[in-house]
Amino acid sequence: MSAATGSPDLAIAPQALDTQAVPATQVRSYWQSVLYRLRHDPVTLAFAAIVLAIILTAIFAPEVAPFDPYRDSIIGRLKPFGWRNHLLGTDDLGRDMLSRLIYGGRIALLMGIVPVVIASAIGGTLGVVGGFAGGWINTAIMRTMDVFYAFPSVLLAVAIAGAMGGGILNGMLALTLVFIPPICRIAETATSQVRSLDFIEAARASGAGPLTIIRHHVLGNVLAPVFIYASSLVSVSMLLASGLSFLGLGVRPPTPDWGLMLSTLRQAIWVQPAVCAMPGVAIFITSVCFNLVSDGLRAAMDVRL
Amino acid sequence: MDVASPEPLVQVDDLTVDFVTRETTVHAVNGVSFTVAAGEVLCILGESGSGKSVTLRALMRLLPRHARLGGAVRVVGRDVLAMRPRALRDLRGGLVSMVFQEPMTALDPVYTIGQQIGETVRRHTGCNHAAARKRALELLELVRVPSPERRLDAYPHELSGGLRQRAMIAMALSCDPRVLLADEPTTALDATVQIQVLILLRRLQRELGMGMIFVTHDLGVAAEIADRIAVMYAGRVVESGPVADVLRAPAHPYTAGLLASTVHDQPRGKPVVAIPGSPPDMRRLPPGCSFSPRCARRRPECLTGDPAPRFPAPGRMARCIAVETASIVPPQA
Amino acid sequence: MSLPAPDARDRGGPQQPLLIARDLRKHFAVKGAKGAKGRPKGRKMVQAVDGVSFAVRKGETLGVVGESGCGKSTLARLLLHLIVPDAGVLVFDGDEVAAPRGIAVAALRRQVQMVFQDSYSSLNPRMPVRDSVAFGPYVQGQPKSAARRVAQDMLAQVGLDPGLFGPRYPHELSGGQKQRVNIARALAMGPRMVVLDEPVSALDKSIEAQVLNLLLDLKQRLGLTYLFISHDLSVVRFIADRVLVMYLGRVVEIGPSDMLFARPLHPYTQALLASRPSMDPARRIEEPPIVGDPPNPIDPPPGCRFHTRCPYAEAVCSARDPALTAAEGWDAHAAACHIHDPASGHSLASRLAA
Repeated sequence: MSAATGSPDLAIAPQALDTQAVPATQVRSYWQSVLYRLRHDPVTLAFAAIVLAIILTAIFAPEVAPFDPYRDSIIGRLKPFGWRNHLLGTDDLGRDMLSRLIYGGRIALLMGIVPVVIASAIGGTLGVVGGFAGGWINTAIMRTMDVFYAFPSVLLAVAIAGAMGGGILNGMLALTLVFIPPICRIAETATSQVRSLDFIEAARASGAGPLTIIRHHVLGNVLAPVFIYASSLVSVSMLLASGLSFLGLGVRPPTPDWGLMLSTLRQAIWVQPAVCAMPGVAIFITSVCFNLVSDGLRAAMDVRL
Repeated sequence: MDVASPEPLVQVDDLTVDFVTRETTVHAVNGVSFTVAAGEVLCILGESGSGKSVTLRALMRLLPRHARLGGAVRVVGRDVLAMRPRALRDLRGGLVSMVFQEPMTALDPVYTIGQQIGETVRRHTGCNHAAARKRALELLELVRVPSPERRLDAYPHELSGGLRQRAMIAMALSCDPRVLLADEPTTALDATVQIQVLILLRRLQRELGMGMIFVTHDLGVAAEIADRIAVMYAGRVVESGPVADVLRAPAHPYTAGLLASTVHDQPRGKPVVAIPGSPPDMRRLPPGCSFSPRCARRRPECLTGDPAPRFPAPGRMARCIAVETASIVPPQA
Repeated sequence: MSLPAPDARDRGGPQQPLLIARDLRKHFAVKGAKGAKGRPKGRKMVQAVDGVSFAVRKGETLGVVGESGCGKSTLARLLLHLIVPDAGVLVFDGDEVAAPRGIAVAALRRQVQMVFQDSYSSLNPRMPVRDSVAFGPYVQGQPKSAARRVAQDMLAQVGLDPGLFGPRYPHELSGGQKQRVNIARALAMGPRMVVLDEPVSALDKSIEAQVLNLLLDLKQRLGLTYLFISHDLSVVRFIADRVLVMYLGRVVEIGPSDMLFARPLHPYTQALLASRPSMDPARRIEEPPIVGDPPNPIDPPPGCRFHTRCPYAEAVCSARDPALTAAEGWDAHAAACHIHDPASGHSLASRLAA
């Protein structure tokens, strides 16, 4: 404190409540800010609407489908668009293409979503455990994952499904096993990064056990990256599932399934190319829509705070 | 203002820098003016958010693309704001060079020190590898790096913090710049290393006759190295003048507050005089004097209009309506 | 120094030191460290903390100063048993920590808490500030509502309006405000001692003053004991009653703050003090008090670890490791230097009065 002329004399500031400099923005939690960003992203919203429409159509298939997907007809085989109310024509056994696509969507969505969900649960848990424990546990888990990671996903899926004998359940099992390693890796990376931050040490210093710390501090920070990655896997899963069915390792005929339909209609493509391409178009549209929605989710969620 | 002096090395008039994004505009610098003569060290003092680093980078136009600059900046007689990219590249490293705060991130980890210094030398002088290496060795000796021959082939991560900073200074001096810009170069260093680097910089600046602009938040560092000091707050220079005069008798309440709150041999146990509140949000500056919400001497007039600069003594400026022009009597020589 | 509040958990009264550290040692193995050319790759150890002993009095502030690599951050974590020491003993209020008849680590953590340096990474970015502060009491067993009330109260005590700041997220707060939250979090569990690891180093000078005032105020009001770690000598001088100087994992000097700053015994302390920038432009430092960088804690020099940079180094310094000259009592001022050991054989030893 100087006594020279002209310099102001500051009084000792009381330990007042610090009311300044809090920005007047709304208090938004992370998830609220994600929703906010999504609401202002028209492209993602549009494709999310399409995805929703696909899902609803699949759920309410019996009400939506115009015909019975199993009803075959000898005369009505491989007919073009619009023939006798068959909007998308008929397949090689005279069954309505549109109805078969709608029912096939059920299997496609099932095979797309269920393996990813289960793999996220298992892979996520393994990754968090490995990342948090460190040391030999981490090494054991991650090196095991690396073994599976070394195989191309298609090859691995085909090998497992083939070895188990095909069918929906084996197909889902194969896909789940294919997706566990990458999800585990994402979870482990995120957990390791969080684990070295000071607030985890502070939580340990307050006496919290590892499970409590994981539940309150780690999961919230790890969930976002895992979710983003998993959402991008849905379309991959659908494609792989269709591939498995195409190769005959998926559902058995006459169950409608897009991959299987593509396989059986292969020869008929010279007769009715447009109709036979429909299952492929369905696969394409669905996986592209899921992909774009997943991209939008990433843009909304992957934000540095 | 000495009329007979030659044109200053650096002249900044009413510089403004705004960062314009879709959501908001940050007015980082709001009308900054100063000059630096050859052989002089100007210290820009301020806390985080004051705009001091942005001002420094504006002198070389090292700002991101969404920055909008206004005002006039002349460095060694050249108009920096109007320069074409080619001329700008010649300016950077050649006439003006910069030393950064964190040497680990400012040095490329995959090249040796010798290679990095050599690259700058070759870019500006066009000489060959051997000559560049010789020059790099000279520079390492100039900045007092022990065993310079060995260090030429060392990678940045193999050197300690102090040596890395010396290497960066060597790189900055490689092309005999007229102006050296330093952005908190000693903040990340230990105390014993910090004083070594400060003394080195002071010596080099004197020997090579450069003008230097040194940005810091530490009053002690400013006292050690500056001839003149400019105190920044919320994007404006609120006080400037010879460093001894400003530190002995600060005119602006913010400078006085900084001096009083810097912990340096105060009596123990009694609270330090602290400036209440926090720095303002640069996206939404309050009207009038930006410091007024925290100022103990504020008056109603402080909230209307930006305080004009007053000149309490020759060579000194303060933006505060409580300061009278020519009120500070300069000490008898 | 302030009198400690009469605490129900107090054992042993004011004369008993609150914390005693005896010969603490922690070495870290360096993976993949290369030996010099020609020598085989050995197992290199970072001797982060190498035989540190001191005591902390109830109600005092013990300052710990040192530069990077001296081991002060490791020491802080050892005191809370966040890192388990390789050797050495910790005694808290008469009870040995992690010993069968002593105090358990969990119980220790209810009485000793820590404030971290980096305000950015020390708060969970996904948690509102109020929940971060309430986490400690909640883990200790209090129901959520009670923990929340403690958190609100604590936020008010550190100068943050709980209604305004409680629901905020860390990224909405300034550095000074985040550090206040850190302090609130440490105090929410009602500890008797707080270890502060560079609590103001990352803050602007004007905010640093505010936070230091707050720390002083809280210590007075709540009767706390502080262990204040910093590299900034001026801050330590201001806030600490006694000071401990560390160099490369060892204690080189310890003593009452005023005595240590007025008459530093150890050459390293002298160099540290002389390295502080003077606030007067007329009295600038012309020659650096010490040359070179703080050495690597891997492979410290033999004998006295400071002898490679010491202006008074002699043969005895590289031959024998000086011990902290024995000194009794809280006001003792001791240094680990041969110059201050009359029996060492150092040429300056006999000249200086003990």
